[in-house]
Amino acid sequence: MASARMMLLRERVTVFRYVLAANGLHRLAFGLFAVLMFATVFGPFLAPHDPLATNAADALMSPSSRYWFGTDQLGRDVFSRVLIATRLDMFIAFGAVTISCVLGSLIGAVLGYFGGTMDRIASRLTDVLMAFPLFVLAMAMVAALGNTVMNVIYATAIINLPFYIRLARAEVSVRRGMGYVEAARVGGSGHLRILLVFLLPNIATPVVIQASVNLGWAILNAAGLSFLGMGVRPPTPEWGILVAEGARYIASGQWWIFLFPGLALMLAVFTFNLLGDAVRDILDPRART
Amino acid sequence: MTRITWRLLSAIPTLFGVILVTFLITRVLPGDPAVFFASNPSMSAEDVERVRVSLGLDKSLLEQFWIYLGALWQGDLGKSIATGQPVTTEMMNRLPASVELTLFAFVLAIVIAIPLGIMAALRPGSWIDQTCRIVATLGVSMPTFVTGLLLIYIFYYLLGVAPEPTGRLDPFLFKPPHVTGMIIPDALFAGDLSTVWAALRQILLPGITMALFALAPLARMTRAAMLGTLSAEFVRTARANGLSRRKIVMSYAFRNAMLPVVTTLGMTFSYMLGANVLVEKVFAWPGIGGFALDSLISLDYAPLQAFMLIMAGIFLVVNLMTDLLAGLVDPRAGLN
Amino acid sequence: MSVPLLSVRDLTVDFATRDGTVHVLDGVNFELAAGETLGIVGESGSGKSVTAFAIMGILDHAARVLSGDIRFEGRDVRAMYPRERDLWRGKEASIIFQNPRTALNPIRSVGRQIADVVSRHTPGSSSEIRESVLGAMRQVRIPDPERRMSSYPFELSGGLCQRIGIAAALACHPRLLIADEPTTGLDVTTQAVIMDMIRDIARQGNLGTVLITHDLALASEYCDRILVMHAGHVVETAPVKDLFANPRHPYTYGLLNSVPSMVDSVHDLRAIPGSLPDLRRADLPPCRFAERCPRRIPACDAPGLTLKEAGPSHAVACRNPL
Repeated sequence: MASARMMLLRERVTVFRYVLAANGLHRLAFGLFAVLMFATVFGPFLAPHDPLATNAADALMSPSSRYWFGTDQLGRDVFSRVLIATRLDMFIAFGAVTISCVLGSLIGAVLGYFGGTMDRIASRLTDVLMAFPLFVLAMAMVAALGNTVMNVIYATAIINLPFYIRLARAEVSVRRGMGYVEAARVGGSGHLRILLVFLLPNIATPVVIQASVNLGWAILNAAGLSFLGMGVRPPTPEWGILVAEGARYIASGQWWIFLFPGLALMLAVFTFNLLGDAVRDILDPRART
Repeated sequence: MTRITWRLLSAIPTLFGVILVTFLITRVLPGDPAVFFASNPSMSAEDVERVRVSLGLDKSLLEQFWIYLGALWQGDLGKSIATGQPVTTEMMNRLPASVELTLFAFVLAIVIAIPLGIMAALRPGSWIDQTCRIVATLGVSMPTFVTGLLLIYIFYYLLGVAPEPTGRLDPFLFKPPHVTGMIIPDALFAGDLSTVWAALRQILLPGITMALFALAPLARMTRAAMLGTLSAEFVRTARANGLSRRKIVMSYAFRNAMLPVVTTLGMTFSYMLGANVLVEKVFAWPGIGGFALDSLISLDYAPLQAFMLIMAGIFLVVNLMTDLLAGLVDPRAGLN
Repeated sequence: MSVPLLSVRDLTVDFATRDGTVHVLDGVNFELAAGETLGIVGESGSGKSVTAFAIMGILDHAARVLSGDIRFEGRDVRAMYPRERDLWRGKEASIIFQNPRTALNPIRSVGRQIADVVSRHTPGSSSEIRESVLGAMRQVRIPDPERRMSSYPFELSGGLCQRIGIAAALACHPRLLIADEPTTGLDVTTQAVIMDMIRDIARQGNLGTVLITHDLALASEYCDRILVMHAGHVVETAPVKDLFANPRHPYTYGLLNSVPSMVDSVHDLRAIPGSLPDLRRADLPPCRFAERCPRRIPACDAPGLTLKEAGPSHAVACRNPL
């Protein structure tokens, strides 16, 4: 068992290397991801200025060697603010995706495994949830729960939940009747053991693929909410808020205040979308084109 | 025919669920509407209570829901506290603006994405395929509000070729006589080409913003579906029988690839409805999305409720149409 | 000597894959006369279908034809312009495939699919095309063709789908028909009916037929001559009777002894040891059967192996034949 697992792992690593070598886009994805993670971990130590310190004398300065991304209306360094914001945006994205992915696959697996009335009712509920424009639903939820970072995470997690439930439910209900599961049942394994040992590991691959695609959406969603003034509040640096603040200065030509946080946001989402493709290619060779 | 009826009936439980969820969400939202309504320092506790009774907030949740259902049945969506108008009127005034913008963007996205996806699939690995891939990935990575602001900055501020990004029509121009409420079709009906042109200029930037967002999933799905059908055995048969390339690509590969594309079209349309809120905010577009956002911020729940209901309703209708369209394309769909 | 209907000389095809180049066909040679039925037999992966697809010019993008002179009635098929070759396909040479159901467009009525072929090659008014379609359907003995025309493949049985495929392939009266495992996936009685029908139509129209199959018994029943392929090589070709009575290549001998109906008792059944060599290898031996062969001798490793005369119209590619 252990050696089989080692072999599988070794094979994965080989495939991983192979895919990276073969595809420039995948290399780019992992490279950008490394940059994002670096900024997340070390951002606060690297920021050249205090992201919250106002300095009226330096207000609305265009990018220069002193302020790489320029300064905002209060003289705060845009580069430092964009850099610092990485950690918060990553926290929101990973937090939301982790919650919806774990909770969604558990719920979906249980529904798919036991089926019955509960399953039918739950399927209806996910249908209802998906009938709403998801972003507006998230807006309403944040408004109902209160304007905090955690509530943005919960709202984002809830609107993504149906995707994982459907995915896990479909995978488990297909495998439920398969020979090896029957064999385990005849061999005296309980429901919990069958679910945890025989079924959940099988849905890991599609769920991980879905999750890596989802990270991009989660960031877009959170940034969209704070752009509209929901969730994270100023003066906390967060990409959506920074863009919203900068939007006011477009008409007077101060482009750097909105553009740099916007580009950071775009880069993060772009990275996660590429990463999603790469993860899919590595984990699911059938989908390679 | 029975299939259509059955499909219509099956949407009813979902519709009921949607109504229930909208109702519940607005009940758990913070702030007592009655207090807000009566937020006049001269009002006493009794006055607040009177408002609460008049709004029916003193009744049990179940009773309130029943009353809400009854009102809905009569097309009464309540009153907006902020404007004092019936929500139905407000929505009817704003819906055409949103529909016009969404349809414009939708058509724009289809016209670009589907040919792009087909060409990418015909030459996998070629420069056009790489372009398709990069455009698709970039498009899906651009937050709509950033795209919108960027377009405004470039075309309005820097180049000065776009009109001021506020609203649907220059305030000095007269709106065409009301037919559909959508300015471009109405102006076309009236034969007023200068208004058509002005409205087109106004809708172009928000339209592109929304279209960019919808481009990616459409182009990707078209490409994937075309790759699938192009390598299908029946396409090989068609080649073996000497059919022309045009016939093979259009009548064989593309027609069959339409099925997943139609489903994606439906989903994309719904996503665009959701993205409305952000785009309408950025371009000060007087649609229902912006209105809903304002209502949410001013704790004016009836319009918000109506907005979610309308959106979910449109979603259900779009899904229904997707299914029917798929049934038209695929004779097998009639079986299940 | 007259020009044969089809001649294939030195056909060599590679496939580019993620895991390297696969040498699928190597120097395939054969001829087919009008009215003759040639069976191409071999295991899966021996290159039978690739040979057929290369002749028709319908290989995948990944395939590269490195060399090969394919002549149809003396005309160089590979030198044709793409449009010329399109018009040749379906009009003068046709192919029918295995899996009749997936070989048809699932969302186009079968009548229109046949009409597509007819209108491409013999344009005419819609009533003329309709008559040709009905004629093609009658030729393959489809009952009630007027009604069946508007059916979709999913509404028809596998056997009927194959008849539709054949009707489309023969609608423009080609002179060459390639049948690539035409009865795989059909039940046994349907198999016989379809095969009999193909034989009858070929006889009536004096068609040259290539029957590709892994089923030796089937080939022996319907073919005049058989070509045995192994790992992209032609190893032996002979008239049916001669081949069965007197196989010269060890692989042919092995094949014959692995078919229940070809041996006297079950105890004489023998499997061929080993499997096809990995065709991605750069060091493929001159004889690709050598590594599985019980009769291997040192000379087998010398280059320059070709088909050699081994009797009247019997040829074998072996240095140590039986």
